Amino acid sequence: MSAVHPPAFELAGIRHRYGARTVLSIPHLAIPRGETLGIIGPSGAGKSTLLRLLQGLERPTEGTIHVEGAPMAHPVPLALARRITTVFQRPLMLDRSVRDNVLFGRRVRGRKDRAPADPLLERLGLSHLAGAPARHLSGGEIQRVALARAMAIEPDLLLLDEPAANLDPANVARVEAFIRDAQSRGTTIVLVTHNTHEARRLAHRTLLLIEGAIVESGPTSAFFESPADARTRAFLAGELVY
Amino acid sequence: MSLTFQVTGLALLIATVLGVPIGAVVGLTRFPGRRLVTLLLYTGMGLPPVVVGLVVYMLLSRSGPFGSMDWLFTPSAMVVAQTVIAFPLVAALTMSAVAGVDPDLRLQVRALGATRWQTGWTILREARIGLTAAIVAAFGGIISEVGAVMLVGGNIEGQTRVLTTAIVLSTRQGDFALAMVLGIVLLLLALGANAVLLQLQGRAK
Repeated sequence: MSAVHPPAFELAGIRHRYGARTVLSIPHLAIPRGETLGIIGPSGAGKSTLLRLLQGLERPTEGTIHVEGAPMAHPVPLALARRITTVFQRPLMLDRSVRDNVLFGRRVRGRKDRAPADPLLERLGLSHLAGAPARHLSGGEIQRVALARAMAIEPDLLLLDEPAANLDPANVARVEAFIRDAQSRGTTIVLVTHNTHEARRLAHRTLLLIEGAIVESGPTSAFFESPADARTRAFLAGELVY
Repeated sequence: MSLTFQVTGLALLIATVLGVPIGAVVGLTRFPGRRLVTLLLYTGMGLPPVVVGLVVYMLLSRSGPFGSMDWLFTPSAMVVAQTVIAFPLVAALTMSAVAGVDPDLRLQVRALGATRWQTGWTILREARIGLTAAIVAAFGGIISEVGAVMLVGGNIEGQTRVLTTAIVLSTRQGDFALAMVLGIVLLLLALGANAVLLQLQGRAK
């Protein structure tokens, strides 16, 4: 498929700095369309920064990002920006009802229908909270509303930053089922997670990021079963402490 | 009394229409000279009304640059003076209200596909309590103001006399009873207007 279509994302010569500190250094990375790429790594590895670059919220200090073959311009053209969305690690709710939060992305696209929120909320076990002020929800509930809010706009490119952190097992299952639905619709997903099990369950390919650099990447089964790099083995064994 | 409301109401409207967008832009964007603009707005919040009155007087006087408009000692001059006093209050308080909204929320709103305008509008909506406070503060600042309207309006009976200037006159004439009554009316007006604004704010929630 990738021979016919350009990759969803292709990064070339990326270096990203905050002041003098290089936080990301990725010579090349291609994410084919329809793939779910799991990104694991310790805190501060640059995972969230990578998502911000892919969303176009920050411009890489050096290098280019191509989206489906076209270089990403800054500011990102609206048509492109509206095909990508991120579920952030610390999702923030608007000071409105849960339903209005879920519908926000549709609203800004001029779609006024309110019905699409309900099935999304139901699948995530949030129906009873549809009319509640979103700011009053618990952390786990907010995380699920954020996922519903992202899915409501049916993105082609979905960036997930720890979407199931702090959820109880029943809700992890709900969230993962939701992500699988998006996969089956052909959505390209970049899944950042601390949780190696989650990457193992959901990602087609997994990548280990340490100190802004890719240590190893490969098909998920091979990555976990026969990691080539000693640091990958150490990270998976929980021995790599930062 | 109706003149009081007309002058203050119009000045507040103009200050809001100008001050909210300008305050929002200064609060939400980065541009060269932003610190200077912030400094000016904060300084403007503390402008002595009587100095505003003096400057507006000079601008509108016969020999001033806008003398040909013949606005001095008319309600229009009073609206100008009150707008100048209210504008920095509205703009600076709007600025701090929008700056108080978590900057990450802006990124998240953008990541949901909002345009710059939609993002700005959404953040203003998030800051609505602060915006209401800005408008209420400006209202309180100008409805009770006496120095500037006295200078540029002239306190002409039936033409430019408002509550505050009427209170000054009654007090000077020794009519303390009338001055007290007018003072109470002024307080009630301020109370009523603030109650209406708070009500609106509650409904917006």
